[in-house]
Amino acid sequence: MIKRPKKVLLLGSGALKIGQAGEFDYSGSQALKALKDEGIATVLINPNIATIQTSEGMADAVYFLPVDPHFVERVIEKERPDAIMLSFGGQTALNCGVELHTTGVFAKHTIGVLGTPVDSIIDTEDRGRFVARLDEIGVKTPRSFPAGSLDEARAAAKRVGYPVMLRVAYALGGSGSGIARTERELDGIVRRALTHAPQVLVEEYLAGWKEVEYEVVRDSADNCITVCNMENFDPLGIHTGESIVVAPSQTLDDHEYHRLRAVALEVIRHFGIVGECNIQYALDPHSDDYRVIEVNARLSRSSALASKATGYPLAYVATKLALGHTLPELANSITQRTSACFEPALDYVVVKVPRWDLQKFRNVSKLIGSEMKSVGEVMAIGRTFEEALQKAVRMLQVGMHGVVGNRISFPDVRAELRKPTDRRLFAIPVAMRAGIDVEEIHHLSRIDRWFLHSIRRIVSYERRLSGLGEGAAIPPETLLEGKRLGFSDAQIATVLGTTEDAVREERKRCGIMPFVKQIDTLAAEYPARTNYLYLTYNATEDDVAFGAAGGKRSGKRKAPIIVLGSGAYRIGSSVEFDWCAVSAAQTLSEIGHETIMINYNPETVSTDYDVCDRLYFDELSFESVQDIYEKERPEGIILSVGGQIPNNLAMRCHAKGLKVIGTSPTDIDTAENRHAFSQALDELGIDQPAWKELTGFDEAARFAASVGYPVLVRPSYILSGAAMNVAFTRDDLRAFLSAATEVSPEHPVVITKFITGAREIEIDAVADKGRLSLWAVSEHVENAGVHSGDATLVLPPQKTYLETIRRIRRITERIAARLSISGPFNIQFIAKDNDIKVIECNLRASRSFPFVSKVCKENFIAHATRLMLGRRSAARNNSLDLGYVGVKYPQFSFSRLKGADPVLGVEMASTGEVGCLGDTLEEAFLKAVIATGVRITKRSVLLSVSGEKNRYRMLDEMRALHRLGYVIYATEHTAAFLARNGIAARRVRKIHERRRPTVMDHLVVGRIGLVINIPDVTKKAFIDDSYLLRRAAIDFSVPLFTNMELAKLFIGAIEKTRVEDLRITAWHEYSR
Amino acid sequence: MKRILLELEDGTSYPGYSFGAKRSAAGEVVFNTGMVGYPQALTDPSYHQQILVCTYPLIGNYGVPRPDPKDPLAMPFESDRIHVAGLVVSDYSAGYSHHAAAKSLGFWLAEHRVPGICGIDTRALTKRLRDEGTMLGRIMYDEEPPFIDPNLTNLVSQVTVPAPRTYGSGGPTVALIDCGCKHNIIRSFLKRGVRVVRVPYDFDLSAIDFDGLFISNGPGDPKMCAPAVRQLRGFLKEDLPVFGICLGIQLMALASGADTYKLPFGHRSQNQPCLETGTKRCVITSQNHGYAVDGKALRKGWHPWFENANDGTIEGIRCADRPHCAVQFHPEAMPGPTDTDYLFDRFVSLLRDRQS
Repeated sequence: MIKRPKKVLLLGSGALKIGQAGEFDYSGSQALKALKDEGIATVLINPNIATIQTSEGMADAVYFLPVDPHFVERVIEKERPDAIMLSFGGQTALNCGVELHTTGVFAKHTIGVLGTPVDSIIDTEDRGRFVARLDEIGVKTPRSFPAGSLDEARAAAKRVGYPVMLRVAYALGGSGSGIARTERELDGIVRRALTHAPQVLVEEYLAGWKEVEYEVVRDSADNCITVCNMENFDPLGIHTGESIVVAPSQTLDDHEYHRLRAVALEVIRHFGIVGECNIQYALDPHSDDYRVIEVNARLSRSSALASKATGYPLAYVATKLALGHTLPELANSITQRTSACFEPALDYVVVKVPRWDLQKFRNVSKLIGSEMKSVGEVMAIGRTFEEALQKAVRMLQVGMHGVVGNRISFPDVRAELRKPTDRRLFAIPVAMRAGIDVEEIHHLSRIDRWFLHSIRRIVSYERRLSGLGEGAAIPPETLLEGKRLGFSDAQIATVLGTTEDAVREERKRCGIMPFVKQIDTLAAEYPARTNYLYLTYNATEDDVAFGAAGGKRSGKRKAPIIVLGSGAYRIGSSVEFDWCAVSAAQTLSEIGHETIMINYNPETVSTDYDVCDRLYFDELSFESVQDIYEKERPEGIILSVGGQIPNNLAMRCHAKGLKVIGTSPTDIDTAENRHAFSQALDELGIDQPAWKELTGFDEAARFAASVGYPVLVRPSYILSGAAMNVAFTRDDLRAFLSAATEVSPEHPVVITKFITGAREIEIDAVADKGRLSLWAVSEHVENAGVHSGDATLVLPPQKTYLETIRRIRRITERIAARLSISGPFNIQFIAKDNDIKVIECNLRASRSFPFVSKVCKENFIAHATRLMLGRRSAARNNSLDLGYVGVKYPQFSFSRLKGADPVLGVEMASTGEVGCLGDTLEEAFLKAVIATGVRITKRSVLLSVSGEKNRYRMLDEMRALHRLGYVIYATEHTAAFLARNGIAARRVRKIHERRRPTVMDHLVVGRIGLVINIPDVTKKAFIDDSYLLRRAAIDFSVPLFTNMELAKLFIGAIEKTRVEDLRITAWHEYSR
Repeated sequence: MKRILLELEDGTSYPGYSFGAKRSAAGEVVFNTGMVGYPQALTDPSYHQQILVCTYPLIGNYGVPRPDPKDPLAMPFESDRIHVAGLVVSDYSAGYSHHAAAKSLGFWLAEHRVPGICGIDTRALTKRLRDEGTMLGRIMYDEEPPFIDPNLTNLVSQVTVPAPRTYGSGGPTVALIDCGCKHNIIRSFLKRGVRVVRVPYDFDLSAIDFDGLFISNGPGDPKMCAPAVRQLRGFLKEDLPVFGICLGIQLMALASGADTYKLPFGHRSQNQPCLETGTKRCVITSQNHGYAVDGKALRKGWHPWFENANDGTIEGIRCADRPHCAVQFHPEAMPGPTDTDYLFDRFVSLLRDRQS
């Protein structure tokens, strides 16, 4: 029996990155709740300041510090916990825990590891041991040989036979993995992989096999269940994080389903896992042969998905089991009357589709394969596969109406099916329309025929619909059939050549409305008081009552209020908006309102069963929101806490009479509409960069010439700077204009004067009926021109004049009054000398709300929510006199995006962020940089700074590196500059110089510990030496700085502060 | 697809579309929450004369294999025919895909003259059956068949084997009282080297020699099987190993002097948790029964062995001083989880002890 701990240390997963995203906020939050239920004290280490788990009321002590052995050990020394949990913080926490175990840190401090023993974790992580352990019980794994060197890898590949699968041990999201068809390809992959991993696995390649996963739970009494199984739509060879996934499996019969289930139980027992694990299989589509691909002895992306897909609280239960409870002791938290020791029965189908943002990166390969590139995912629920799949496609918010009804074409559709990209799903209907049959599509894509039959059903419905003729009346039966296949009103309208409103009217006239169904884990076998809901047209009655009858259930006195969540995590919108939505729901609940959440992202806390009174796991489209609104008849709807997707619905809500709580939709529209906003600023006498809305190239070029290059080119509705670009020349402008108009044809292009060398400052604020109530000003470390989402934020500002801050505050007050703002908003400014210009204003919560709220210890969203509902709310404006400094620093995932140019620009590229606190800017900054995975292991640096002016500006820092004893390598001009200034440096050759050793050779052998490459931003060559150098730094895992201000701050920080001296201080110990 | 109707005895009706056989049918309407295994479920004799509602909405995905003419026990079928009277699903998948499939579910149903109805809100229907209890119903294709209550007839006599049949050779022998036995029970014995003598449910066992007795699953009310209960009474007084599954446990309970009763809507699923009494062990089981053993009426010497972790009903009983035991769930699975397959090992080792 496990000794009951008094204080438990939980490791979080750090910043969101590709392969490790919001799912660990969900699992960590549930773990903390479960520990709290047990009355156990909790300490959390997680530098991800935007998470819900690091919020007040979750852990007893929170450390915004890197999840890395050094910092974790320091926290252990300080907090003296008696147990630790490693399986709730993804691969980051697991790897850190394994290292602390191996180096004897846990033993030294007598800390018990709760849940799965570390030796079992190592058995699942070390491929050699993994295969050996499974061989012991006769469970099949792919033929696999470990290789620690290139020669070993070549020999192993010869034994397995080409093509071979190459995998990297201890890698999150399959980083560095790949398929090699020839020795040449193998050489490339292995060389790259061995730079950041000690071992590569050379394995048999099971092309075209099905990929199936099970989520398995085991308790200390050896009871075992599988909570969910899932099948990949895409065949093996495409990473499960890149695949469309369906739950439960669709093409497995009883024999296959239960055989793999039995193997899963056998495996989890053999490894001795206690808690949760995930097992992935390859299944031969031509026989019942299988292989176990991998076992993850921790909560994972798949377990979060399984939890949301079934309603079974996996992370909560796993925590209870780690504390020694057994499954039969625990109740099913959905039904409250049945046991947690059971396997959910689904009476619906769940489809997960990944969301990619590859178009944001220059030079990136769009092919999808064994490495993860997607940045988020959506989950849709339906009662036909077609319904769920089409919902999911729309949820991606990439401009698609569904599987069909889109404007999309492929130069070679067969090639797309054979070598899939992020658009492969859409190639299937295109191929079908071109007369390519299911059989051929199956042979090209290896996607199971069952899925293709379903898509064919959608395509043939579309054909019948368009056969009705332009503007023809649609028979009610046909309309219902379409809705049951998941067609949206807008999609039907597109096919029929009519309007969304017309389809909706006709639908309502025929009485065709969606029904609300519950997710109850037991397929209605027992009554359940579940609040977990979805919409479907494949039904004839609602599961729940609405209005007064529904409200009684929650015991709340006040009418329900709908909160719209943020949808899929993507670049520009992720966990920070989940924090905002959860904060708003919690505040509404405190006030006494029943809360209704709409969101569809399985990686979120806002979709947890205990966050709101009712959860609609469904689309955030206007159609669905309106359907839910009409059923629930709420007091109103809050759309200012979920980012841009809900915000974009403002005017449509207004037009159809849905009550929006907070700032009026017409005022939101004024802020969103560039003309109206600009006019308002002019009236207020507030300055802004010169801009013009234009429709043709010639007038655009004339305008650019008149204000002077560079200019910023962008469409009028902005979502994280999509399709934004800076044109330095007339040629640039011509190139971008075609790209920008392709993104948003309804909206003309806006050209703005791009101001260089200016500082960027933002204000996050809350207003009450036009009166500024709460605000915090943050400054960017980088100069203007770096997207605010990629910028390093400092709070309180360290370099901004007080006079500037005073002016910003006054401008903010005037804008708040002019737009009658009620609720959260954010304004971005650029300041050059004493000039302040407004560059952006959003009348909604911004990405930085959780950061400023936590640094200031004042929940901006809670305050805003109370004010929006007419409540009194007191808040202290203390952001200028904090006794410490907060730094928000971006996390990039360039290493996952083969080929992508890791340079900062006006397009946002970061996938996550960390926020750290310190007594000084340098201290907070250094913690934040380390928290994103930067490790300075060698005192050697490569400097490649373009432009003499830039080199002068960095001279002090170059000297500092020299003083610190760094061996300095430099490229041609930088080396000459250093020589002129008496700093010893070794000149290295660029790749184009064709004489070895080049920069690349030094990086390959690991001679360089840090790269500072300040490129000439005006150069637009896609492949040049500077790009190759940056890319090589990423591929060989060498820390890289490409921004001048950032590089200077970093060098300054390492000069002043040693990592060992960084203070270990909990959030609550920083006093304001 | 033709529009047809499912009607319940209380007058509620559910319009849907026809698939499978183009005809009407009547029976007792029951729901099953299993997500896989329709070929096994439809051929399970325990569903005889029942109209089966699948709560999982997508049915037919992996088609149906061709039966093996050389092996009457071949998987995935649990008997030689479809036993359900009708099938009710939400979304019928005509476009099937599986390496073993030879035909669609609809085609197979039509071959066996069994009607199907799809496009039904099976969750709404299930909730009705759960709240109001199992009901009689009929699928109306183009006529209105009368409602039929199968529990008023001796269903077992309709599904039992007509004459004794022997499977396998060598090893210990088990006499299998066939009340509507699923094929995988026979396969489970054969796999363990046991010779099986399968006899009609009312067969006089004094004529044959065997090392243990097994009573199979089967349809309907156990109290309709008086001849089997009478014969069992004698065996329960002896030390011969006896094992029963599903209807088998109910017949053994009746023979031991205990009672059975009808559950409001039965247990038909693949996720039923069962606690082994006196341990912390909980197994996940496959179930298909409408009647249960009354735990309060167990006679002296008999003890609960397994209990349902959800509703506390009796899932297994055993005799304290004789090798007699039985379970309500299906250790042979098919469809469902195979967690309790070990119960066959236990029983077979008793047979071997007896043989030697």
